[in-house]
Amino acid sequence: MRTLKFLLRKEFKQIFRDKGLLPLIFIMPMIQLLVMPLAANFDVKNVNVAIVDHDHSTYTQQLVNKIGASGYFRIANYSDSYKEALHLVEHEKADIILEIPQNFERNLIRENNQKVFLAADAINGVKGSIGSAYLTTVLTDFNSDVRLKWVQPQRLGAVSTIGIDYSNWFNPLMDYHKFMVPAILALLVTMVGGFVAALNIVREKEIGTIEQINVTPIKKWEFILGKMIPFWLIGIFDFTLGLLIARFVYGIIPVGSIATLYLFVSVYMIALLGFGLLVSTYSSNQLQAMFVAFFFMMIFILMSGLFSPVENMPQWAKVISNLTPVTHFVEVMRMIVLKGSTFANIKKQFFIEIIFAVVLNSWAIWNYRKTS
Amino acid sequence: MEEKAIICKDLTKQFGDFVAVNKISFEVDSGEIFGFLGANGAGKTTAMRMLCGLSFPSSGEATVAGFNVFNQQEKIKRNIGYMSQKFSLYENLSILENIEFFGGIYGLSDRQLKEKGEELVNTLRLQKEAKKMVGELPLGWKQKLAFSVAIIHKPKIVFLDEPTGGVDPITRRQFWDLIYKAADDGITVFVTTHYMDEAEYCNRISIMVDGRIDALDTPTNLKKQFSAETMNDVFYELARGAKRSDN
Repeated sequence: MRTLKFLLRKEFKQIFRDKGLLPLIFIMPMIQLLVMPLAANFDVKNVNVAIVDHDHSTYTQQLVNKIGASGYFRIANYSDSYKEALHLVEHEKADIILEIPQNFERNLIRENNQKVFLAADAINGVKGSIGSAYLTTVLTDFNSDVRLKWVQPQRLGAVSTIGIDYSNWFNPLMDYHKFMVPAILALLVTMVGGFVAALNIVREKEIGTIEQINVTPIKKWEFILGKMIPFWLIGIFDFTLGLLIARFVYGIIPVGSIATLYLFVSVYMIALLGFGLLVSTYSSNQLQAMFVAFFFMMIFILMSGLFSPVENMPQWAKVISNLTPVTHFVEVMRMIVLKGSTFANIKKQFFIEIIFAVVLNSWAIWNYRKTS
Repeated sequence: MEEKAIICKDLTKQFGDFVAVNKISFEVDSGEIFGFLGANGAGKTTAMRMLCGLSFPSSGEATVAGFNVFNQQEKIKRNIGYMSQKFSLYENLSILENIEFFGGIYGLSDRQLKEKGEELVNTLRLQKEAKKMVGELPLGWKQKLAFSVAIIHKPKIVFLDEPTGGVDPITRRQFWDLIYKAADDGITVFVTTHYMDEAEYCNRISIMVDGRIDALDTPTNLKKQFSAETMNDVFYELARGAKRSDN
């Protein structure tokens, strides 16, 4: 235990003297949390619509106004040439083309039936598909307006429609900040903890001080624990700072218990640092450790359900996703912060993290060789 | 004090097809200053790392301070000090902090640490620099400090791997004064060097060529044996036959 005291004292002195490490630990995560949630927004807005109008009637005017007033679209162009509109799509000035045929108004009133043509640029898949879905909604809406005005009530009675009322639980306004901030907080704790730990032991290898450590009677677990405790504290500190930013900048107050949240983060940090130290024990220099850690971090982050739901992944990807500690952490963050899940609800994830923590750390201690 | 500090019999280290250390046998008496010479790549460092418990031998036998190098490495580590070729104190800790850290993990008490710290700083005349980061010191001072830290816990044996490489003659002289002082205190010194004048300071020396020990005796006897004027000539005589070299 006395050995551990000296190790910790040394480790803390070195961390606070490392001018390169301090901003990485304390400033970078804050900037990320302040900038990323603003950018990572899946709301599709500002869809550029090019309207090709061959009719030029009062109705087309009303339709165009309605589209413009919906708040999601910008009328990029209004013309009667499809070619011109396509040209705009090719130059990425428009995302969707709405073509209104000739005699639109006449056919709609006389024959009760008229088709319009909608073409979406699918290069940006999300904008294309969600944009055309929105536009369809606007058209449906327009459709029922027309019906109300022109179609005879007795004839309308023959058609029954089902109306839908929505309710979004746990995030009533579908505010993406609420959804993304807890996940990004999870992400940055992961980035800081993982990289800093991965670079640490290997740094001692690179400058040669590890030889001097290995020739002392120090125990392997003491050495690993001496490396882990400081970074664990830094992780918890960053997490706290992140919660404060979430509270005061984004107004997000965890619905669930803060104690449960910290309990989970504590175990998660041990698992994550175990991963970092493991990478460190396998690498022979910092560059190598950085690339290996980066490779795994990318997989962890992209497959964690942070940006795309795990449920949408193919079966094999789900398996990989569940084999990363980050996935369960992101899930639990959202559950506790947004939904107010209790410990009973997250028990499964909690035990999975304990398994990660035990396996990764035992592996790191085993793989750290004082005698090679 | 008549027991042997190091007993080594047919100790071998093989990396694949390459035999870095080839069946070396020797004994080092307690309190002796034992010079371990050889050209670059002769296998000195590899042999020393095995004796320090940093590397597993491939075959042979050896005991250091009475403990087996195959399975009692951690016990060996309690009884030795080691100063590697590469400076390996923490450059971003001060002199006193390094002393405290290494003394601490060898189990010195707070009082001992304080006394040792003061004593060391005084002997090395580093009073003014005590709070400076080690990285800012000139090489010669760093080496003297590294040696003092290596023997801070009064080990039975201290291993020094080219301790005076790149150091000026005056500092080298002072360094050897420190070595003599340690030997007077009963510490066995096992030292590698490329400087033949330093070889003369040793009680006995061995010369390694291509992983083998080709000569082992006191400097005087070796010169007689090879009918050479100086240790330099002895070294040339032996090393000329070497097949391995740096390049």
